[in-house]
Amino acid sequence: MKRVYVNEEWCLGCHLCEYNCAFANSGLDDMVKALKGKPIFPRVHIEEDSGIHFAVSCRHCKDPLCVKSCIAGAISIEDGVIKIDKEKCVGCLTCVLVCPYGAVAQGPTGAAQKCELCMQNSCGAPACVAGCPNNAIVYEER
Amino acid sequence: MSEYLIIGNGTAAVGCIEGIRSRDSESSITVISAEEHHVYSRPLISYYLEGRTDLKRMLYRPEDFYKKNKVKLIFGRAAKLDMKKHTVTLADKQKLSFDKLCLCTGSSPFVPKFEGLETVKKRFTFMTLDDSLALEKALTPESRVLIVGAGLIGLKCAEGIAQRVGSITVCDLADRVLSSILDTDCAAVMQQHLEQHGISFMLGDTAVRFDRNTAFMKSGAEVGFDILVLAVGVRAETALAAQAGCEVNRGVIIDEKMQTSVPDIFAAGDCSEGFDSSTGSRRVLAILPNAYMQGRTAGINMAGGGSSLTDLIPMNSIGFFGLHCATAGAYPDDAEVFEDRTGGIRRLYVKDGRLCGFIVIGDVNRAGIYTSLVREKTFIDEENIDKLKKFPSLAVFLPETRRKKLGGVV
Repeated sequence: MKRVYVNEEWCLGCHLCEYNCAFANSGLDDMVKALKGKPIFPRVHIEEDSGIHFAVSCRHCKDPLCVKSCIAGAISIEDGVIKIDKEKCVGCLTCVLVCPYGAVAQGPTGAAQKCELCMQNSCGAPACVAGCPNNAIVYEER
Repeated sequence: MSEYLIIGNGTAAVGCIEGIRSRDSESSITVISAEEHHVYSRPLISYYLEGRTDLKRMLYRPEDFYKKNKVKLIFGRAAKLDMKKHTVTLADKQKLSFDKLCLCTGSSPFVPKFEGLETVKKRFTFMTLDDSLALEKALTPESRVLIVGAGLIGLKCAEGIAQRVGSITVCDLADRVLSSILDTDCAAVMQQHLEQHGISFMLGDTAVRFDRNTAFMKSGAEVGFDILVLAVGVRAETALAAQAGCEVNRGVIIDEKMQTSVPDIFAAGDCSEGFDSSTGSRRVLAILPNAYMQGRTAGINMAGGGSSLTDLIPMNSIGFFGLHCATAGAYPDDAEVFEDRTGGIRRLYVKDGRLCGFIVIGDVNRAGIYTSLVREKTFIDEENIDKLKKFPSLAVFLPETRRKKLGGVV
């Protein structure tokens, strides 16, 4: 299955992926309206530390701790993609506590959210990858 | 073809069913459930009272779960276990045979023998959906509620009903709230937050005697109440296991394959006593993620697989009135504590260059990185600990480790 991977040596730390992600998941068709002056809740984030940068998003693990740990039965795997059912999620953040990658976070409504590979929004393929200016994030089979 | 029997219908049972079905799609699975409900998310009973979920959404698995997994669900109570014949007899005399059995009997509220408890009309425990529904019926906007126990169950109950009652007082013999997961400093922060939301506390004090609507406290104080919730603690349900000759301590003793000391009997979840890898000692790890993982491991092994669980640790993510708290591992007295208080609290307990436990209050994002460091017992140098205490980051790993974590299929 195709997943999002980061090539650390190519990442400039420009954070464009975060903006593209937040926009893609906003449900709006105007980036300015979607993001300007608002707190954003991207599902990918850049980690940086003394000269290194890299993007982190859900690894869609084969044996995911978040799915096993969800106290609401709100996280499931569909064709390899790990999904959070926002209606069922009560925002306890146990998934945040167990994800070894720090790839799950609380979203704007209090429910947990994470990368679902843009399958559930109008992009259909990861917007972070499409907008990365240096091919530092790729969407491919490994 | 084998006959699998699971006693209990909670999270561990679901894990067990899914574990069995990952290897064996045909053999029969029977589940005996004492609660007459489809499997629901037990920790959500307080969220139900708060209105943040409902009976439909709180189902732990979809409505077609049993059908899809070819599981026969029987409502009843297992009364007798005969290991010579490999049979279980239910309270209604129905007899069921099995090849492999998994005990997922969970735990039940521990209610101390308080003098005069029987004179209290509206008294509840808070463990099951039926408990929650019964408590809901008693709530009125004027109710004065006394909760005995300032642990996870008592305080989640308090949060769940806070908007629906007149007042809530929580007492506990311990000198702090959430004493099983928070140290003194962090407990004080959480207590203050709860007080700001109208919860009153009587700590280091507990009820010793009741007379109808009055609790007589150890300190000599008297507390008037309309509704009493007893959340003192829980006890593992081990009676059946003991009857079958399984070794039992505080829970049914299991090994890393979830096998009990009696062949063909496995146990998982809150009724079992496994291994806490953060302290290296046996312990009942009564938390939902462990119940699922233990159940799943048991199921795989019941179906002839070779699955082991050796890295279970205590961990909790819990929030009250919008303030979150994430904890994991152990807080040994001889650990060095690294703390950061910018925008909340982060306390890292470090021993021998390894993170052995942590408490985060406030921004819990990425706390899972800490949890994985505890679980995997990763060596961290001091410079990185200083970074980590400010924020959990994958940057503390060596580049090649990180490449493996982020660059491959995991």
